[in-house]
Amino acid sequence: MSKDNQVLEEITSKEYEHGWNVNLEADEAPKGLNEDTVRFISAKKGEPEWLLEWRLKAFSLWEKMTEPQWANVNHPPINYQEIIYYSAPKKKVTLGGLDEVDPELIKTFEKLGISITEQKRLTGVAVDAVIDSVSVATTFKDKLGELGIIFCSFSEAVREHPDLIKKYLGSVVPINDNYFAALNSAVFSDGSFCYIPKGVKCPMELSTYFRINAANTGQFERTLIIADEGSYVSYLEGCTAPMRDENQLHAAVVELYTMKDAEIKYSTVQNWYPGDKNGKGGIYNFVTKRGLCAGDHSKISWTQVETGSAITWKYPSCILKGDYSVGEFYSVAVTNNYQQADTGTKMIHIGKNTRSRIVSKGISAGKSQNSYRGQVHVMKRASNARNHSQCDSLLMGDQCGAHTFPYIDVENNSARIEHEATTSKIGEDQIFYCLQRGISEEAAVALIVNGYAKEVLNQLPMEFAVEAQKLLALTLEGSVG
Amino acid sequence: MLTIKNLQAKVAEKQILNGIDLKVNAGEVHAIMGPNGSGKSTLASVLSGREDFEVTEGSIDFKGKNLLELSPEDRAREGIFMAFQYPVEIPGVSTINFMKTALNQIREYRGLPSLDAVSFLQLMKERMNLVEIDQSLLSRALNEGFSGGEKKRNEIFQMAMLEPRLAILDETDSGLDIDALRIVANGVNKLRNKNNAIIVVTHYQRLLDYIVPDFVHVLYNGKIVKSGTKDLALELEAKGYDWIKNEVAVA
Amino acid sequence: MNSTITHKDLTDEVVASFQEATFGEATLNREKAIQFLKKNGLPSTKHEEYRFAPITKSLERNFTWRNEVSPSSIKSIDEFLIPSLDAYVLVFVNGAYSTNLSVVNNLPGGVKVKTLSEAFEHEKEIIDQYFDKLVASEADSFAALNSAFWQEGIFIHVPENISVEKPLLILHINDAHQTQVIAHTRILAVIENNSSLNVIEKFDSIGNNPVFNTLSEEFVVGEHASLEYCKTQNDDRLHQVANTVIHQSNSSQVNTFTLTLQGKVIRNNFNITIDGEHCESHFYGLYLLNGSTLADNHTVVDHRKANSFSNELYKGIMDGNSKGVFNGKIFVRPHAQKTNAFQSNRNIIISDSATVNTKPQLEIWADDVKCSHGCTTGQLDEEAMFYLRSRGISESIAKAMLLYAFAADVLTPIKNEALKSYLDGLIAERLHTHF
Repeated sequence: MSKDNQVLEEITSKEYEHGWNVNLEADEAPKGLNEDTVRFISAKKGEPEWLLEWRLKAFSLWEKMTEPQWANVNHPPINYQEIIYYSAPKKKVTLGGLDEVDPELIKTFEKLGISITEQKRLTGVAVDAVIDSVSVATTFKDKLGELGIIFCSFSEAVREHPDLIKKYLGSVVPINDNYFAALNSAVFSDGSFCYIPKGVKCPMELSTYFRINAANTGQFERTLIIADEGSYVSYLEGCTAPMRDENQLHAAVVELYTMKDAEIKYSTVQNWYPGDKNGKGGIYNFVTKRGLCAGDHSKISWTQVETGSAITWKYPSCILKGDYSVGEFYSVAVTNNYQQADTGTKMIHIGKNTRSRIVSKGISAGKSQNSYRGQVHVMKRASNARNHSQCDSLLMGDQCGAHTFPYIDVENNSARIEHEATTSKIGEDQIFYCLQRGISEEAAVALIVNGYAKEVLNQLPMEFAVEAQKLLALTLEGSVG
Repeated sequence: MLTIKNLQAKVAEKQILNGIDLKVNAGEVHAIMGPNGSGKSTLASVLSGREDFEVTEGSIDFKGKNLLELSPEDRAREGIFMAFQYPVEIPGVSTINFMKTALNQIREYRGLPSLDAVSFLQLMKERMNLVEIDQSLLSRALNEGFSGGEKKRNEIFQMAMLEPRLAILDETDSGLDIDALRIVANGVNKLRNKNNAIIVVTHYQRLLDYIVPDFVHVLYNGKIVKSGTKDLALELEAKGYDWIKNEVAVA
Repeated sequence: MNSTITHKDLTDEVVASFQEATFGEATLNREKAIQFLKKNGLPSTKHEEYRFAPITKSLERNFTWRNEVSPSSIKSIDEFLIPSLDAYVLVFVNGAYSTNLSVVNNLPGGVKVKTLSEAFEHEKEIIDQYFDKLVASEADSFAALNSAFWQEGIFIHVPENISVEKPLLILHINDAHQTQVIAHTRILAVIENNSSLNVIEKFDSIGNNPVFNTLSEEFVVGEHASLEYCKTQNDDRLHQVANTVIHQSNSSQVNTFTLTLQGKVIRNNFNITIDGEHCESHFYGLYLLNGSTLADNHTVVDHRKANSFSNELYKGIMDGNSKGVFNGKIFVRPHAQKTNAFQSNRNIIISDSATVNTKPQLEIWADDVKCSHGCTTGQLDEEAMFYLRSRGISESIAKAMLLYAFAADVLTPIKNEALKSYLDGLIAERLHTHF
């Protein structure tokens, strides 16, 4: 017990390694939210009238909504009037390559251990880097352009591809979908847009690194990815935020749209600032992610490794509308100290012969609360739907909690739905076995946890998997129960 | 009794059988051998009427009837018995109740009256001895928690109960130790007579030491590439399947 | 969850119908419950816990609210008894306890079975200690409704070291020949240390008018004591909300079985608090539904102490337009280390228009535990079907055999042979006549 406490102590006293400030001058909106804020953001970005109208409509809907209370999380009320809804780095730059990127930024990425240059050299990842809401650098654009792939910041897409934006924005997550989606729709700052044309398999992994930088800046990203018939894309999203004492709100919306025979693979590694060991500070991450398998034989696969944020409220979902469409959700969520995670997925089976698979691995340590919340809904006409869900929880220490809230709603008699959930701890015999082979206790825990999460980590692209493994180990070092 | 002509079949879009011709007469024992993935079990499954297998070409005639038009239960009622490689476990259904239902449904199909409880139990006791199976096993739920050997013995017990015209033994020897193999083979041999026929599907020659076949066929890539007598099995055992593969490649 | 959505008008109507009534017992509890009810109202389907159980709506449609015991002409209970079951029989008719029809002779020494009104007069100490302490009348509106307006109930007390061998059969008979029936009944059973009790409850209606029943029952199970509990709901007129609450102390054993075959809207709230170490508990349930029956089983297994074991298995077969709902919560509180808690919910949907909604829920605050839940919805095992058919058994008989095997499995823990064969018969009858 004392040994455990000591180890826990060590771990919890570890400072957040990614906590630093980058000295970029911000161009901020005044605090608070009203119609003028919305107009300010829209004007600042030089948006067309229809988009301003769309934002204003979202704002008026949001005003009438109330913050959802059903999630298994607790936090002091958020004062939406204390948040700065727009902040852009002052240097307005249009870049053709990495050499033109602000060296400060490059350093930032290097501190994260995921430098763009390195990635570019080693893996050919195209990066749309986002710092405080405005996309600063987009690389590999030309190469992708040759294939007809559009990969750019959301603002640029609004300017250059208004027809696509107009057609698909809000088509998967309607503006009134939920409180946070409505908020995002009203004040979203920037984000990424991606369109893969018919029959094109995107030859490289597309990647965005989000960072939340200026103090008190709510970050409202908007991502829209469209995969046209027979196309394929793998998209990576990574997030880190520097240490702040005040909680920061993040309410992103991600929309995925796949047409016939298309596939989108969306991977996230999230290690935003989780707050200190006393539960002070940290990001509130209230994200709406949803994919629509619109066409027959289309597929959407979500993979997430969630290690950060003080509060995570996130349910990447799939609407399986096309016949034979496939939805997947692979998740590892780790919570430590006072972190709270309420995450999971929704698989909505509408088309015939649709299949979904859910693998969720929750790991709780410290005084954290980790919840899986998921829904599998087989609609009346969705004959021959299949789902398999596996939700496992690992508890480390006797101060934390693991919760599972699966909703299974079946309206068709040909459905086959299986849900399994287990709870376990790291066995003392497992640890001892490792120790006897000369492995340190910390390494043993990392080893066992990685093994536990392997099914999910295996879904990640290589370079992401390595980072994710490091993060898991970092979050949990020594937390043996 | 059984005539298979140019049988072609696929499962999940994958072509497995590529034109099988086989004739089996009453009183005969045929062994079907072949390397893994050659289509042996698929042939057995098609004969028993498994729905995941789609017959794309060819015909199967059984006692003058088109077998492919019959449901699995009607095939059983016509006298086809499949001893499964992996007999399924069915919790909550006792073997005794299961056999009684099966036997009486088959009798009904053949226009015979149902067996009453006493005659059924009598028949069961008699047949149990054939395969040295214990009654306590039969009172339990079907195959639930049975060892590999017990499951196979239960299959042969059911064969003894239902007295099929054509029995297909699908890899019945797999997972059996030498004693269990002997018991199972003895049971089968006792059931052999001039009116019935047996198809033994197996990977190894071992079982054929006990159930001696009249004909041996080698299946490779979904076709019968060689037929012979029991000596062919011994030759295979000595030379291995590569010999056949090479011969096919040369041809 | 925080926002209770109210059916204000109905609630007011219900409360008003009792305005004139005077209740002798538990006045304080009743007032509290009325306050809760007035504040929270009866739940609509927007209430998280009643998402799939439109009970309130159904009450609005089918009942008029009057505070009176419906008249009955029942003279004999023979048709409601369980064949060859040797039991003490307690009979409620339209919510009123019938001394004439009940047969409670020769109870073992010291065992008390009496009406709650009598108990309030003569057993004040035990009543004060336990009555209305377990049931969630400050969390659930229907529990509050019952706590506010219960008409009559049974008090059972088994003193230490007494094993009540014969089961206690409680018949809830509703005679809806002349008018609708609304009945709120209650049971309090206290089983002291080293004692045991077997309770069987059965619900039957006659006549064609609608029947609504709330039932709140509290079982206190002492150390090394045991409770066998069985409830059968096989009454096609019944609207029912049953709150069954069991409290277990160290080394106690509880086995429960809930069988739902018929009813309009049936809601079972089944809460077990395992407040002791080395307890063993099995909670089984089966819902075989057809027609337009809605059966909603909400269970809570709350492990508060270390070293106990619980196993929950609920199965359902849905036919016709029926709806099966299962919501099973397992809580393992901090310090309830070495808990083994298992839950399984298996469903088969037979018809095109039946549905199932299930939510198995695990909440764990202790790390050295073994907990799991599994939940499936599907059809019969295709491999098993093929195996049976390949032996010459027709598809329809194979299906019936497998369905019966699937269902009857849940009867395993029932020890009383007469009861078991009665339940087995009900299941067989339902499955064979229907397939």
